[in-house]
Amino acid sequence: MLETPTKTNVEVNRESSRLKRMLNFLNSKKVVPYVFILPFVISFLLLTFIPAVQAFVMSFQKVLPGQTTFIGWQNYERILNPTFYKALSNTTIYVILTVLILVIVPIILSVFLDSKLVRFKTFFRASLFIPSLASIIVAGTIFRMVFGESEVAVANQVVTFFGFEPVDWRYNSWSAMLLMVLLCSWRWMGVNVLYFLAALQNVPKELYEAADIDGANVIQKFLYVTLPHLKPIVIFVSTISIINGFRMFEESYVFWETNSPGNIGLTVVGYMYQQGIQQNDMGFGAAVGVVLILIIFVISFVQLLLTGAFKRGDE
Amino acid sequence: MKSKKQTALKWTINLSFVFISFIALFPILSLLVSSFRPASDLMRNGISLTFSLSELTVENYTYIFTQASEYWQWYGNSLIISSLTIVLSLFFSSMVGYSLAVYDFKGNNFIFLLVLFIIMVPFEILMLPLFQLFIDLRLMDTYLAVMLPLIVAPIAVFFFRQYALGLPKELMDAARIDGTTEYGIFFKIMMPLMLPSFAAMAILQGLASWNNFLWPLLVLRSNDMFTLPIGLASLLTPYGNNYDILISGSVMTIIPIIILFIFFQRYFISGLSVGGVKG
Repeated sequence: MLETPTKTNVEVNRESSRLKRMLNFLNSKKVVPYVFILPFVISFLLLTFIPAVQAFVMSFQKVLPGQTTFIGWQNYERILNPTFYKALSNTTIYVILTVLILVIVPIILSVFLDSKLVRFKTFFRASLFIPSLASIIVAGTIFRMVFGESEVAVANQVVTFFGFEPVDWRYNSWSAMLLMVLLCSWRWMGVNVLYFLAALQNVPKELYEAADIDGANVIQKFLYVTLPHLKPIVIFVSTISIINGFRMFEESYVFWETNSPGNIGLTVVGYMYQQGIQQNDMGFGAAVGVVLILIIFVISFVQLLLTGAFKRGDE
Repeated sequence: MKSKKQTALKWTINLSFVFISFIALFPILSLLVSSFRPASDLMRNGISLTFSLSELTVENYTYIFTQASEYWQWYGNSLIISSLTIVLSLFFSSMVGYSLAVYDFKGNNFIFLLVLFIIMVPFEILMLPLFQLFIDLRLMDTYLAVMLPLIVAPIAVFFFRQYALGLPKELMDAARIDGTTEYGIFFKIMMPLMLPSFAAMAILQGLASWNNFLWPLLVLRSNDMFTLPIGLASLLTPYGNNYDILISGSVMTIIPIIILFIFFQRYFISGLSVGGVKG
């Protein structure tokens, strides 16, 4: 049972020594790292590289089940339409607002949270952070009910308390944008506060003492000591916020699925989803995607250039 | 005079923070309270600041525990997918990150730059070709389809690499002299040392998977394969009359996460601060 009857001892020995050599090979320091990174290489090729190339190729094609035809620049020509402009302008406004809010407010909050003035820091930090644990659907469900059309929904109760008319939050252009920006800011505020709090730990305390001796006031200390030290993290947070802003889809989906009145909630990715998946026009959807990534790359590049992120840190 | 001014300032700032925390927590607290109000009223009027205590009821919860088997199906799907994603992605990502940190090999820098680059590439760009690919592979409507794009997570690879850079390399040499294989060194010696990074990444990946929306929305077709976010979103239709499941279901989706957060705050914070991850 244990020995294979057809094999002689010599053969078994030879096989086991081959196995040993094989194992030694797999265990050599030259090979091991490649075995370890293999999953990454496979998943990169299959799930990132090939799809990326395909997305580019698809954008020049009309993709129908079973037959795909090359149609040149036609998809790109079709992109220049009012719906896409609407999606792009919505997304751009959203990016600008979320970046401003999600950089400026967390800096202010974290500076106070870092100071000696505030007590119960852990509690405040945790409560700002908790919203990021909510899935976008749960968050959206709550926001829909808080910003309900009814006069007795929370937001309208507050608005009427201050003497304004109740608002149909999901049906005006301005309030639609407000809803999406608020939802995003509410969810990510605490995470950004954490980034800035971590960065504030790295500001040398002696600098504040030196500034005190020079008679600097609180605002001067903030402007000339704190802010320059926060610059790398400001660049990091704003880059992420820009990219995530252009990727936005869910914040709109939870309010209107994919059909908002007059496209007030349409985003570029939403348009991609609408055209590529729902209308099954994959080629056109892919072209929208290519335009989107170009926009993201150009803006991130310009932003990094302007903020001097490419400069060596020797000044 | 000055100290009086300072106390006043202190009070203003602390009270502002109380107010800000209240705003941050209000949506979740209001969800919690509203889940004890009649669903029909919530659907018609939304969440209200004013309601009478006498209308509070546990009906939404009795309904979800007795009538809503589909909700529990989604819950099960989400639990299975999230746990598998955590196990698989931590296994693979830690291997890659560790290898990048401790071995000098040809292509090391290139792979690392690639990891950084992929972190910057929005998934949405790839979603249409991937969608097509998964149709061709007949993987639609499977757990595997939902999990695959998350399994080797570049952000986790990056985190593990940074963590592994700090591991004591002398231990590796000592183990080699003892005849331990390179794999043995990783699994038996280094992995235990990397445990805190595993905790942080388990939370990052678990949350990303638990809350993942766009990709599952594309690949999941049938109601009994839905994950929680997709299932709950399907109740958000204007014609829906399932607000009882929606609201008590939302509470039960988020409360376990908040409880975990309270116990493992440190790991949540280090896990989620690696890089603006969207869930």
